[in-house]
Amino acid sequence: MSASAILSFSTTFALVALSLGLLLTVARIVRGPTLPDRVLGLDMLVAIAIGFIAVIAIRSGFNLYIDIAIALSLVGFLATVAFARFILARGLSPESAGADSRAAAVPTRGKALAPARRQKKGGRR
Amino acid sequence: MSAGPDLLVAIAVSALLVAGSIFSLLAALGILRFPDLYTRMHAASKAGTIGSGLLLLAAGLHALDIAILLRALAGFAFFVLTAPVSAHLLAKAAHQAGYKLTNLSVTDQLPLAKQKSDRL
Repeated sequence: MSASAILSFSTTFALVALSLGLLLTVARIVRGPTLPDRVLGLDMLVAIAIGFIAVIAIRSGFNLYIDIAIALSLVGFLATVAFARFILARGLSPESAGADSRAAAVPTRGKALAPARRQKKGGRR
Repeated sequence: MSAGPDLLVAIAVSALLVAGSIFSLLAALGILRFPDLYTRMHAASKAGTIGSGLLLLAAGLHALDIAILLRALAGFAFFVLTAPVSAHLLAKAAHQAGYKLTNLSVTDQLPLAKQKSDRL
């Protein structure tokens, strides 16, 4: 088995596995009950895209793609940090509180909302 | 025999490729299957980081150029440095906003720490 045949097989395998991972992450983003789940899915999507770019760099031979992967990781980090600040500022929105209590199946709607209000007041202090 | 080192590099690169893509796939599977945000974060920030880091390392090793390899290593190091920071920030923001842990979780130590700091 020659070197190029091994590389061709392994890059094809990596592309298939990464595509499957991309699909699973998109399923979580579509299904995800709350906003932080979707933000986490976005973070994972960026990580998988970086892997994709690295595999394409091997397959095509253009080493410039590695710089693009580094820039994409910077953008993904900043996006996640910005979304985290947004979640911190917004608190628990009513519709995601309803979805959350449906997923956790414990608290009633009023009970789920009450600690959120207390948390928000504590955050302002 | 001139193809010897070439074959070795190809085998190393393809081992890194397979390992990295399997790590990424398992991280995505963990994101889909774990019960709540805080457990999903484990899969995303540990397995996901190692997965794309190994793929970057494979790309750097394949070029057989020290500048490219150093660039890939710098990307890996940057990714390893930033992924825990963003995951911790997201978990802290979600916990402070009031997103609940799953019913399967045994204890939540953050409210206790908060009360202690309020009392001090």
